[in-house]
Amino acid sequence: MTAMDTKTLAGEIKAIANTEDNRRTRLINVVRKVQLSYGHVSQEMVGMIAEALGIERVEVEGVVSFYHFLSGKPVGRFPVYLNTSAVSEMMGMSEVADAFEKAAGIRFGETSGDGLFSLQYTSCIGMNDQEPAALVGGVPFTSLTAERATEIITALKSGNTPAELVEKYGYGDGNNANELVRSMVNNNLRKRGDILFGERENGAAIRKAVAMTPDEVITEVKTSKLRGRGGAGFPTGMKWDFCRRAESEKHFVFCNADEGEPGTFTNRVMLTEIPDLVFEGMTVAGYAIGSHKGILYLREEYIYLLEYLEDVLEKRRQAGLLGKAVAGRKGFDFDIRIQPGAGAYICGEESALINSSEGKRGEPRDRPPFPVVSGYMGHPTLVNNVETLAAAARVIEQGGEWFASYGSGESSGTKLLSISGDCQKPGVYELPMGMTVRVALQVVGAQDAAAVQVGGPSGTFIGEEHFDRKICYDDLGTGGAMMVFGPRRDILETVLNFARFFEDESCGWCVPCRVGTGLMHAKIKKIMAGNGTRTDLEEMESWGRSIAAASRCGLGQSAANPELTTLANFRKVYEERIKEDEYLTGFDLERAVEDACEATGRTAIHE
Amino acid sequence: MMTSEKITFYIDEIECTATQGQSILEAADENGVYIPRLCHQPDLLPGGSCRVCTVSANGRNQAACTTPVANDMIIENGSEEILDLRRAVIEMLFIEGNHYCPMCERSGNCELQAIAYRLKILAPRFPFMFPSRKLDATHPGIFIDGNRCIQCGRCVRAAQQIDKKPILGFIGRGGAVRIKASSTEGLKGVDISPDDACVKACPVGAIIVKDTAYRKPIGERMFDKQPIGSEIEARRTS
Repeated sequence: MTAMDTKTLAGEIKAIANTEDNRRTRLINVVRKVQLSYGHVSQEMVGMIAEALGIERVEVEGVVSFYHFLSGKPVGRFPVYLNTSAVSEMMGMSEVADAFEKAAGIRFGETSGDGLFSLQYTSCIGMNDQEPAALVGGVPFTSLTAERATEIITALKSGNTPAELVEKYGYGDGNNANELVRSMVNNNLRKRGDILFGERENGAAIRKAVAMTPDEVITEVKTSKLRGRGGAGFPTGMKWDFCRRAESEKHFVFCNADEGEPGTFTNRVMLTEIPDLVFEGMTVAGYAIGSHKGILYLREEYIYLLEYLEDVLEKRRQAGLLGKAVAGRKGFDFDIRIQPGAGAYICGEESALINSSEGKRGEPRDRPPFPVVSGYMGHPTLVNNVETLAAAARVIEQGGEWFASYGSGESSGTKLLSISGDCQKPGVYELPMGMTVRVALQVVGAQDAAAVQVGGPSGTFIGEEHFDRKICYDDLGTGGAMMVFGPRRDILETVLNFARFFEDESCGWCVPCRVGTGLMHAKIKKIMAGNGTRTDLEEMESWGRSIAAASRCGLGQSAANPELTTLANFRKVYEERIKEDEYLTGFDLERAVEDACEATGRTAIHE
Repeated sequence: MMTSEKITFYIDEIECTATQGQSILEAADENGVYIPRLCHQPDLLPGGSCRVCTVSANGRNQAACTTPVANDMIIENGSEEILDLRRAVIEMLFIEGNHYCPMCERSGNCELQAIAYRLKILAPRFPFMFPSRKLDATHPGIFIDGNRCIQCGRCVRAAQQIDKKPILGFIGRGGAVRIKASSTEGLKGVDISPDDACVKACPVGAIIVKDTAYRKPIGERMFDKQPIGSEIEARRTS
């Protein structure tokens, strides 16, 4: 670059930093904007951003190199991020990938010479009900075929925009057709329950809340027995209570919309169809814990909803449901901002999400202190899942007893399930807590299911003998994901997919997860290559248990679940793949010299 | 004030006392009980990254460096299960990097090596990864060898917390996490000197001061005569 160019660029970067008030805590926002404007964040830009924000360049580089959608090297004008989730693979991802490569004339991992395209794989983008799916230029394209992939590349080459293509293919149902969304994504909302999708009036929950004391609101949530919908199931009322009681001049409410668990897409549908209810829940929570500021952490994969969500917020401000004296209640000022993510599964972990929102690498924090005591900027912070907050709003609107009358036992209310894979009607279902897997399978049209994965890669893999188990906190917990596998699927392909996922998504902070996820991935590859032995199975179990026992956060603690739950429930599948020897070399000489043999026209000599 | 309140807890059935608010590791140190650790350094905030100090506290596995001690807490530090977990973590560090102990300048003074000896590790159970790692030898007096770095972050925290200049940081994610100097020119481009706490913080042979290697003969190095942790155990009077 010439001196003049550098000067211009520095000015532009400075202006971008300015739009975020040059705040260090908005580093993610700044680098995202730079990425979008220039297609990458070069070493030169890293320095300029560091200067503008008054921080060390390694802090900027640390962030850029942490998130999937930020890049030090130029991506194309239309970056293609193809979803590698297990269901995407099942639905024909590799043919689509081949078509993209052929049409764009590059391989995955490369950027085309004309700077138009780059091809990359990415972890689940929340479209498992319409796979294979990809983000092209930030726009989701769903139900891809090889022909469609070729067509997209060809059309973009000839000057079309992704938006024009989406318009041609037709918008999805419901608010996907809203002028601020204009997306081809389909909701596939197949069962509306009474709680989340029941009849309601905007502001009703807030008006009811502000007529109560914050303590009364919390008591009502406790009465409902509502528990965290992200999967961990912590009692929501108790969490609100802890946060309220933590003394500080400020409190924060976070809505965790970073559903990165492959196979989960309930947040997507809720944010598309009932964002008001989600914001209502955040506002009620804000009132209950004494907060004035809510932050919705929106995963980069759902950024196509940003403009629409901002508009919903603006309308709520106009209706007096956000801003000064919310719902006429003097002293209760509350507003919400949206914090975009930049692509990292780990940011669904609440303390990692807070770090990310402070403009840092999305590494989890040590606990204690818990976020409810010391979270965002060191203040007490309530982090709740999208579904939890929406449910909480309904609890206040209709009463805790009403809510608790749904579900079973310690798992009250309904649960949104995002069901995908080998079933006739993949999509989102609001079903009562405590229903059996078998019932869920009937509802989605998957009577011939051979295996079901509940809770995503970090969850449990079960076979037919477990289909009468219940989906609830006391049995099979899930943040929403349920993947169905038909009788002809190879379970190990999915285990391999999950193992790669965890290796890709480990933040790298703690040793057992950083190293262990790679070791488990290598083991499953070894077994699938036909080089596995009984010793490998034993080692996988023992190593998996060590990784779970020593890792710092939930990611590492559950990273070996794909192997451990399949070794427990589908042992036969492994036994069929291994050799009976105790040890076996992982190196196959014949295969290693295969290419050389072919090139020279000779054959390897066998003994 | 509640902060100076004395509490009682137990490590492997040894009765110990602690002050409210201390971590398990700090309290154990004071009571002369050694819990192996790598990423912890007393004058730095705990990092909780190496997990070597994992203990079972009231039946749950916790990192001793980041978990506050509690009254009547029952801690397992020397059970075969905990020891095996620690060995696994140490072995992971050995196979993740390229640790050539026989010719390493830090041999005998290396905490990773010393803990491996103390835990009686003979060979790692995991296959070696033989990664390709970078060497930053741009600085006239100091170099960083990525081969031997265990990503414990002691240097990063020492630079921030003691030297008050965040010249080192983490880049990358997952298995690609690395320590990096905050300059396009590498270490040469940052304000760092051999006396800085961030240089001295390295427990392994990753940050080395040039022209200082092999000064002490075998037999006189830090861990030649007594295993690591002996100085802590010497505090136990009874």
